[in-house]
Amino acid sequence: MRVMANVSMVMNIDKCIGCHTCTVTCKQTWTNRPGTEYVYFNNVETKPGIGYPKRYEDQEQWHGGWTLDKKGRLQLKAGGRLRKLLSIFYNPDLPTIDDYGDPWTYDYQSVLNAPLGTPNPSAHSISALTGKDMTVQWGSNFEDDLAGAPETALGDPNLKGLEEQVRMEFENVFMFYLPRICEHCLNPSCVASCPSGAMYKREEDGIVLVDQDKCRGWRFCVSGCPYKKVYFNHRTGKAEKCTFCFPRIESGQPTICAETCVGRLRYLGLFLYDADKVLDAAATPDEKDLYQAQLDVFLDPNDPEVEAAAIRDGIPYDWIQAARRSPVYDLAVRHKVALPLHPEYRTLPMVWYVPPLSPVADIVHAQGYDHSDPDRVFATIDSLRIPIDYLANLFTAGDTDLIRSVLRKLTAVRATQRAKQLGLPVDDGLAASVGSTPEDLEDLYRLLAIGKYSDRYVIPPAHAEEAGRLMGQHEQLFCSLDYDGGPGMGGGGPAGPHGISSFQPTGTASAASTFRSNDGHDHFNLLGSTGEAFTAGHTHTHAHQNGAESAVPFWRRKKTPGLAAEAGSA
Amino acid sequence: MNDVSTWAILLWVVLPYAALAIFIVGHIWRWKYDQFGWTSRSTQLQERKMLKWGAPLFHYATFAAIGGHVLGILIPARWVSGIGISEHFYHWFAAIAGNIAAVLVIIGVVVLAARRMFVARVRSATTGVDYLALILLLIIILTGIVPTVVNLFDAYDYRQTVSLWFRGLFSLNPDVSVMTTAPFIYQLHAASAWLIWAVWPFTRLVHAWSYPLWYLWRPYVVFRSRRAKAPSEPGTGGRKWRRIGVPY
Repeated sequence: MRVMANVSMVMNIDKCIGCHTCTVTCKQTWTNRPGTEYVYFNNVETKPGIGYPKRYEDQEQWHGGWTLDKKGRLQLKAGGRLRKLLSIFYNPDLPTIDDYGDPWTYDYQSVLNAPLGTPNPSAHSISALTGKDMTVQWGSNFEDDLAGAPETALGDPNLKGLEEQVRMEFENVFMFYLPRICEHCLNPSCVASCPSGAMYKREEDGIVLVDQDKCRGWRFCVSGCPYKKVYFNHRTGKAEKCTFCFPRIESGQPTICAETCVGRLRYLGLFLYDADKVLDAAATPDEKDLYQAQLDVFLDPNDPEVEAAAIRDGIPYDWIQAARRSPVYDLAVRHKVALPLHPEYRTLPMVWYVPPLSPVADIVHAQGYDHSDPDRVFATIDSLRIPIDYLANLFTAGDTDLIRSVLRKLTAVRATQRAKQLGLPVDDGLAASVGSTPEDLEDLYRLLAIGKYSDRYVIPPAHAEEAGRLMGQHEQLFCSLDYDGGPGMGGGGPAGPHGISSFQPTGTASAASTFRSNDGHDHFNLLGSTGEAFTAGHTHTHAHQNGAESAVPFWRRKKTPGLAAEAGSA
Repeated sequence: MNDVSTWAILLWVVLPYAALAIFIVGHIWRWKYDQFGWTSRSTQLQERKMLKWGAPLFHYATFAAIGGHVLGILIPARWVSGIGISEHFYHWFAAIAGNIAAVLVIIGVVVLAARRMFVARVRSATTGVDYLALILLLIIILTGIVPTVVNLFDAYDYRQTVSLWFRGLFSLNPDVSVMTTAPFIYQLHAASAWLIWAVWPFTRLVHAWSYPLWYLWRPYVVFRSRRAKAPSEPGTGGRKWRRIGVPY
């Protein structure tokens, strides 16, 4: 057993209202730069739909992720290492900018400068790539709320085998939103595809990143990722991807998409997992067993054996404690209501989803029944093919039983709470019929429906004590001349006009570490004297600078009476 | 040496050594200060149909051309004959293989150049130094192809002239006189080749040195530890220098 930690996310799709706030805040935080106009580290797709980029889920077309060779060994779907090196001058699996949507802006000047009286002046769309007029053809959110669905949505790869029925039943249409970020997989095929070795998974928290200095722009990570969540910055010629907002995660804060989520549907927490089991799990022969295989890779943080192994493997104790409170572990492992997105890509993704009950509830409602009646919903869940098959294609590699059991459990939570709210008798057998207990259903209700900030986000801050020590040392040495016995200590030297000490409030004085006494010798300042009271001969200027003077380098500083007097006293 | 003009010294001694010096120092500088800019700056995202043919043709044919230069210029003719390859055989091998490579490389570079000039998305991703490198490449390729084709009919034994001068550069004893008597097209080819070595470190051509061969034996998934390192000087953003007297 080799214990590692992975920061992970669960999204409760039922709560997503498709407002794109996550997309906008992510865009503003990370990709509002030239070269990344078309890039959305976080995007929200309406399903059914072909997605962003177009049909990215069809791995027969894009060859992302992993597959098994004839002997059952794991290999990249796009082919082996040699094949990659030979096709390095032209990557056959790379989407073009048109698959994402040619980025555009508008010629606002033509509106602003329109002569008075111009009726309805309009701004042309301009390509962000060429600066020339263009006709807008496609964008990342063109399918919002099934816009254009009769034309495009049937191209959704998840409708494989269902196209006929969907076509017939489109009046009974279902839809839901799927917010997507990088999956920060346990077995990331983008990292494996990068010929330069510029992509890596962080040992401490499992976040997958691109080293911008090492990336040489070979583009195989873009095509290697089956979720197409690595992007090519066409201005810098380097790959960029969702960073899981690592600076925020390191300081214990949720990612910006989670922080700003209006529906509060995102959960962040830790998984402890056994790194030795990852490759075997990814090579599970039957795609439908991949979900269970990934569950088996996760470790129970409450298990004393796991705790001992985690400590042995250098997992900090507060991280083990955080893993015990992890909402993502609860949703995925304890309650088993969260499912991985496309486990059949064999990357062992780490952003999981609570599948939506609303498509089913909507159908029950449309048929004129009470959509909170568990019996009615159960019957519908059992009899429906759409959207159950569709959800199964998304989350369980086609295992519809698994989808049904999750939806039943979600129904049971709703029914129990409804009965409680209305003072109706609670069916005691309901919890057992969905493989749960009343206490667990209550707990699940709290997690899903109430979900306080502190319950949704359990993120232990990164351990940076060493960095802190270095920073402390740095603050002490901010002026390279100002160390003990250094040239800065002799007389009225610069003594750090810049840096942290210059931001001290006026009037407080820092104690110099040495001072020159009346006897003309340098002494260590053991008492922390600032020279104010009794060491009249102390010449170190720290003590007497006020904020305004400190901002000016000493060689530009005009001699003020105060400084002149001080110099005179030396 | 008296019969060698100043121009000849400049072209066949100063230029090569200056170019080599710039090549070496330039690469050290670029590696130290601009790893972020060290990339192929691919434009496949913007255009893929022409690149599909142009890029592999150009690159693989260029490899063949480089191989030909190693055989014809770098390896002394007597070594080649020493392992039993006759002058006659060498000539015909070089002529046939060279011409195949020449045809492929010219198709490739024409497709790539056309793409760069006429596809608006690609053109807008092209910088001045890209054009400089492209023009030099075009000159080198054209001046390289003409003698390759001409050699089919009227052989010029560059292995007894240009090659001697080229190898002489590396033994610090270049024979300038053989270059002054070489056909003009060879002179142009050699001079522009040295020029491209000089601009190499400042262009996207640096990606050539990053061909990721070690991918063949590296583990698939790379892990890295987030180690603590000394923070940068406050306000410098990691720069190790600042202009004297300028406040942060």
